Amino acid sequence: MLDLIIHQRLYIGSIALFILGLGTLFLHPNLIKKIIGLNLMDTGSFLFLAAMGYMEGGQAPILEEGAEQVFINPVPGGLVLTGIVVAVSSTALFLSLTCRLYRRYHSLNLDDILMRMWSGEDKVEQEEDQESNPVSEQEENEEPK
Amino acid sequence: MLEDYEAYLKYVADHPKVSFEDFRKKREKKPRQAPSVVEEYDESEEDAAMEAEWNEGHIHRMKMWQRSYAVLSVLVSAVVLVFFFQVSIQLPPFGDPTNPDLNEVTERYIEKGLEETGATNIVAGLILDYRAFDTFGESTVLFAATMSVILLLRRPRPVKDSPIPRDRILQMVGLVMIPAVMMFGIYVVLNGHLSPGGGFSGGTVMGCGLILAYMVMGRSRLEHYLTPNRLTGVTVACLCTYGVLKGYSFITGANHIGWEVPKGKPGAIFSSGFILPLNICVGIIVACTMYTFFSLFSERED
Amino acid sequence: MIALELVLLVFLFFCALTAILTKHLVAAVITFMSYSSVMAILWLLLESPDLAITEAAVGAGVTTLLFFLALRRINALKGVDEDDD
Repeated sequence: MLDLIIHQRLYIGSIALFILGLGTLFLHPNLIKKIIGLNLMDTGSFLFLAAMGYMEGGQAPILEEGAEQVFINPVPGGLVLTGIVVAVSSTALFLSLTCRLYRRYHSLNLDDILMRMWSGEDKVEQEEDQESNPVSEQEENEEPK
Repeated sequence: MLEDYEAYLKYVADHPKVSFEDFRKKREKKPRQAPSVVEEYDESEEDAAMEAEWNEGHIHRMKMWQRSYAVLSVLVSAVVLVFFFQVSIQLPPFGDPTNPDLNEVTERYIEKGLEETGATNIVAGLILDYRAFDTFGESTVLFAATMSVILLLRRPRPVKDSPIPRDRILQMVGLVMIPAVMMFGIYVVLNGHLSPGGGFSGGTVMGCGLILAYMVMGRSRLEHYLTPNRLTGVTVACLCTYGVLKGYSFITGANHIGWEVPKGKPGAIFSSGFILPLNICVGIIVACTMYTFFSLFSERED
Repeated sequence: MIALELVLLVFLFFCALTAILTKHLVAAVITFMSYSSVMAILWLLLESPDLAITEAAVGAGVTTLLFFLALRRINALKGVDEDDD
């Protein structure tokens, strides 16, 4: 069993990273930690893909003239290359969403944010935001007693 | 909602002619009313009791939800872990040349790649010729992400200049480093079809160089040239160039009947058809995206 | 080679664990940066130099900077960049 685990080390390592990230994404209340967990999941799946394409004794797929070469699989390389860059852009998107949430709730803790959302506190702030808006003031006045 | 309704049933026994919606509005409005207004109500004590009861139920519900969520997520993680572990143990051995993923597709890419795309770097030929539309989609995803971050973080008024680092040594070392980093990025982009790298790798390195320049030279000096509008324009122009260049596959048919892009001599810098300009386009898109992310995030929230 | 890969994988795992479990957000981000750097070495061992370049530039550079800047935006870096003001 141990031999098998050592032989399949990259598969098992990538799965460990993936599960670690998944658990963080599910269970950690902090939004920044959740994003780190998402990045861990990303790298775990990339590592799995690249490990699938690896071949013992293979070289990076760059052709040289006159040389007899054995190459690794280029397909996972191409997939992961684009995936890494897209992972950064998704990280930036989630971080900007986190900034917006913080601007409104002044907390990074998802439990706090959910608690305040459910208890209706966000509506107070919403109306405070809209106080400069004349349309919403009119609507306020029309409310039944 | 159900607890709301039960509380409403209690309330309506004393107060007919009150609709459920009015009741909910009244209770939601309660906490933000000034104390003097609250005292005018006759049933203030009753309402306060109801409020406390409702809050208790709310907290109880929240706790129940959290507990069930935690249990569920641990269960899901454990199931996924066991399943993946079993699968990874039973996968074909790691690094074995007879693995099923090294199939005829890979062989075809490696054997015919140079002949069909003209690129010595097979990965570049793969992502910019065989699967060029996939890469086009990825670049569009980058552009869409940039637009969303701009929408989310945009500030209506201009922010004050971020301070240039006072540490003289760091600043001078940064100034020396910028050309080296940019040169490496440009080299990786231009040599993408001959050596490891390409638009994505070189683009990120160039983006890092731009970020370094931003940090060393300060915001105002760099934004004089690289305004957000100009960056967006450059990105859109590169995306359009990519689309037009790759559109020749549509015009000439699936196998490029009648007109073939000249491949050139393998190993020369001007070879392998459109892969070099496509690499440059992708590199510029990625560099602009990275720099835009950085400049948007580096504005301070007051 | 196998021993090196195993060491790197164990390091990756513990980096990930530390990044998740530490209370201090800045420490978590720095640990994640070292995680990315080690990942770049692992790409090199897997014969993918292009992935190594990308991961080194992205993971250790851009992502970490984005995390830091987001933390600075929401004023979570109190006491870290006081001399900046």
